[in-house]
Parts: sequence; structure tokens; C-alpha cells
Amino acid sequence: MTNQAGGVEGLPREKVEQFDRELAPILKRYPPDRKASAMIPALRLGQALFGHVSPAVQALAADRLGTSPSRAEEVATFYVMLETHPTGKHLVELCTNVSCSLSGGDQLWAYLKRKLALAQAGSTTDGRYTLREVECLGSCGTAPAMLVDEEMYEQLTPQKVDAILGGLK
Amino acid sequence: MSDTLILSARWGKPDSAALSTYRADGGYAALDKALGMEPSLIVDEVKKSNLRGRGGAGFATGLKWTFLPKDVRPRYLTVNADESEPGTFKDRYIIEHDPHMLIEGIALTCYALDIHLAYVYIRGEFARQARILEKAVEEARAAGIIGSKLLGKKDFDLEIHVHRGAGAYICGEESALLESLEGKKGYPRLKPPFPAVVGLWGKPTIINNVETIANVPWIVQHGGDAFMALGTGKSGGTRLFGVSGHVNRPGVYEKPCHYNLKKLIMEDAGGILGGRKLKAVIPGGSSSPVLAAHEIDISLEFDAVKAAGSMSGSGGVIVFDESACMVRALARLTRFYAEESCGQCTPCREGTNWMEGICHKLEHGHGTAADVAKLEQVANSIAGNTICALGDAAAMPVQSFVKKFKAEFLQHAELHRCPSGDHGWGLTQAPRDAVAGPVRYAR
Repeated sequence: MTNQAGGVEGLPREKVEQFDRELAPILKRYPPDRKASAMIPALRLGQALFGHVSPAVQALAADRLGTSPSRAEEVATFYVMLETHPTGKHLVELCTNVSCSLSGGDQLWAYLKRKLALAQAGSTTDGRYTLREVECLGSCGTAPAMLVDEEMYEQLTPQKVDAILGGLK
Repeated sequence: MSDTLILSARWGKPDSAALSTYRADGGYAALDKALGMEPSLIVDEVKKSNLRGRGGAGFATGLKWTFLPKDVRPRYLTVNADESEPGTFKDRYIIEHDPHMLIEGIALTCYALDIHLAYVYIRGEFARQARILEKAVEEARAAGIIGSKLLGKKDFDLEIHVHRGAGAYICGEESALLESLEGKKGYPRLKPPFPAVVGLWGKPTIINNVETIANVPWIVQHGGDAFMALGTGKSGGTRLFGVSGHVNRPGVYEKPCHYNLKKLIMEDAGGILGGRKLKAVIPGGSSSPVLAAHEIDISLEFDAVKAAGSMSGSGGVIVFDESACMVRALARLTRFYAEESCGQCTPCREGTNWMEGICHKLEHGHGTAADVAKLEQVANSIAGNTICALGDAAAMPVQSFVKKFKAEFLQHAELHRCPSGDHGWGLTQAPRDAVAGPVRYAR
């Protein structure tokens, strides 16, 4: 996807203002001449405010950090936690790496697919969930583990998964 | 062997992450002591201590520090909290249970090396840990421990920031970490120059693992000799070993760095699930060559594990019992490396996908004996031919799994199915009660 598809002017103004307000304290963490270092936090902020890191959001971040949109695109497409396309309302990311699967991660993957009526990773038709397998979450002792909307849940069983997903808004 | 605990001593105490708890337990006394010392003497103590990098490479920390060019300023410190190696889950507990120990370590390191700006690069998936650390840094700043004057008295300014990643195993590689911290994709840099000479924003930069830095307060407080005495040979101190997989009591155990691997698994971690037999052990994170059951009666000290044909790496021990399928396990690991290869070097970008494809074929009964040979050939073509160590890290599990469990790979090819049926991950696949030092996590 190129950056021509959407410009910053297409984004809602009040959200852009909120983006600028919240970006200001983040920028203080980096030397004034190294603003581009804030690319990951800036895109993360954009994702939180606009839902995903669209070309327009990439252009916004690049503009505020004084760098090129291609630099923003390079980052947005490299890191798995940055979404360049819309996702479901809730993001469910299960680790199926070795330590988790030795403790039931693989079976949970099958369970989650069945529960959400998905044949493979992807979004439910009602747009409520996006389900995905992810790599090691650093929870190997308390395996299996998953992230739901970026928060970690550990020592999972099907019953726990039901309770966690059932408790979502 | 000593029972001294350096890293996990305060874990599990009420409100152990709070500044008041840390202070009540003598926290920041090492920094207070250091401020009366010549900075170079701190470096000398760390050199004497035989502290070696806990991130995986096991490089001598004090020696790394001396690579900084004498006359170039500014210098930076980046702390590597990108804990992403499968089987590794120790740094997170330092941050969760005792973040001020890390902050004191950072302050000491910065004071010793004349560094005034430090970043902790924490993996994006550690949202909670990042919040805990940010809160602790904020507390330290508000208490005047860091900021314009160290401990509110020494004319030495220090700022610490937490920088969250966004999901990329490669950013644990130190030069990829720097690229990421500069706001770019995580492509490792060609070395030399090493980061200690040309690092963050082109300036000399020291990159140390969380656990490495967390040891510094103890070393300053008790002396390098005392730390050295806890270990053996060229490795000093204790280490956090993570045990996961088919054991009764998975978790993180702090032990002297030359602790016995078999004892760690069979005694501390409670032995193998269901009384089954041990089949294989990955001793130091997924990249370290696998050991067969009869090879584990060894010291975990870096050089000892190397002598046994593997690596102590990040201290992440993954245990497989006899019901686990080695082809299935390797297939999952090759998928990890294919997914996480950054794509910069052709042998790794292409080779990891080839290895994943061949393992997948074998796992699902479509492979042949020629595929097993091809798998080894591809691994051998990646090793040593890439800019960073991810290529070797991807090749080593493949080379060792195929070498040590060749019969099982060939059986998959001949029978066109898994010889142990469809329970590829073993008979018991359920969460278990876990520990992190003195802390218990009931399932």
C-alpha cells in the first residue's frame, strides 16, 4: 500500500489535535534533534486514536516527527503490533510457540477457532474479534499465554479463555 | 554451592516493586556508596566480578564497558528488555517484582561510565511490565534519585526513559535494537564498528541485558571478588534460569551460574510430568542446540555448556518428555525463525522459509529421506553467512534436532506419519502451577 491513498487532511480534526497533545510528552523522551526516534510510540498512539495505522496516520506521524512518510511506512509494516489494516474490536493473540504448546497452547488454538467460528486466523464476520497466533510472549513458565487487546493472560485453559472473552465489552 | 540470592531476594515481599520497600531493604545504598568512589573503580569491580552478559551471548560485561572510546561524548546506555527468545521469561520478573534494583543498576552503570541518558527498550508485548517500570522510574525521579542530581546530592544528571517496542524478535539483537530505537525497522547493522564505538545516533553506546544490569548494585555493595566467588571459572554470580515444558514445577530459579542442569530439572523443577522419561532439553533458549536425555548431567556455566556442544544462552531451559514429537517441535521452531527473520540477508530470509516448509512436510507425512538431508543442507548454508546471529540461531536447532533425533525424522519420512501418533506435543498439555523465585503462581 502506498501513502498516496490518504492524506492527513482526511483525518478528523479533533482526533489529530488529541494526537498532537498526547505526542508532546512522548517527544520529551528524545533529544530535540532526534524526534524521529519516537516513530514507534507515535504510530502506537495513532493506532490507539484512529483504530489502525492507515497511510494517513503514517503521514501524520511522519509529518510531526519531521521525517518522510516512507520511514513511517517502513516501521508500520515491520512490527507485528502495528496494524496497517482495520482489525476486529478485540484482538486475541495466542502464543503457540514450543513452551506454550507443550502446555496446551496448540489445543487452545483449535478451541479458539471453534469458539469464534473461524477456519483460520482472521476476523469474525461481526467484526468483534480478530484472532491470531503469535510468537513467544515470554510467559513460558506460566504457559499457555495470550494477549487480548495487548494485555497478557497466562496459565490458560478453555474455561479461563471463556471467562476472559466473556468479560469483554 | 552457595544459596545467596541476588536477583530474586525481594520477589514476593508485599509491594516489592515500591520504592519504599526497596529502600527499607537497603536499596540505593550501593549508589550512595558509589558516589563516594572514583567511577573507574566501579568498572574495576565489575571486571573483577566476572559478570557475563545474561542476554544470551555471555560476553564479559566489564570488558564490554572498556570498549567505549575515551574521548567521545555523549555516550548512551540502552538496557535490553526485549526478552523474546522462546523459553526465556526471567527479565520480566525483575521488572515486575523489583524494578528499583534495575534502576539502581542503571544509575550505577551510568555513573561509572559517564553516561547521562539511558533507555530501557522493552518489548511491546510487555505492557504491564512497561507500566510498572515507568511508574518506578517516575518514583525515582520524584524522589530525586535520578534527574539533575544523583540521590539529590551528586552533581551528575541522569535521565532514564522506557521505550516500548512493537513486536519483533530481531530487536533483541543489539544493533537492530538501536535501529528500532532510532525509529526505523529493526535491521541489524554490519559490525564492526560495534555499538560501544558507534551506537545510538552514531554515538558510543553500551547495551546490556536487564539481568546483567540488575547485578551491578550487589557487585558495588559486596565487591567484585564476592560476586566472582559465587560462580566458577570465568563466570561469576548467580543466574535466573527459566524452566518450561514438561516439568512438574515450571518457573524461574535463581542458582549459581554453574548449577547442574539435571538437578535443576529433576529436583528444583520437580522432575518430569507424569513420571515419564525425559527425552530432550533445550538448555539456553530456543536457539541453543538441543541436548538428548543422557547429555544433561552438566554444569550450566557458559563454557561448560559450550563444551557439551550447546549454549547456556539466555538460561531458558525447555524440557520435552518421551511423549513429545521432535519433528513437531522443530517444525514450530523453524516457523518462529521464518516469521522473525528480518529479511535483510538472503541466506536467512530464504533459508528459514525452506526449513519451515521442509519440517511442515515431514510433520504432515509428505516428506522423504531426501528432505531430511535437504533440511541439514539448508541449515548449513545459513550458518555463518548472515549479518547478525539470527541466521545461526535458526540453523542451530535444525542441525542439532536432526543430528540427535535423526531416526525420528527418517521414521516420519518412511511411515509418512508421526510414529508416536497424533499427540505431537506430548500426553500432558495443560497449564501447571509455576514459580518465580519465592513467588507462586497457582494455575
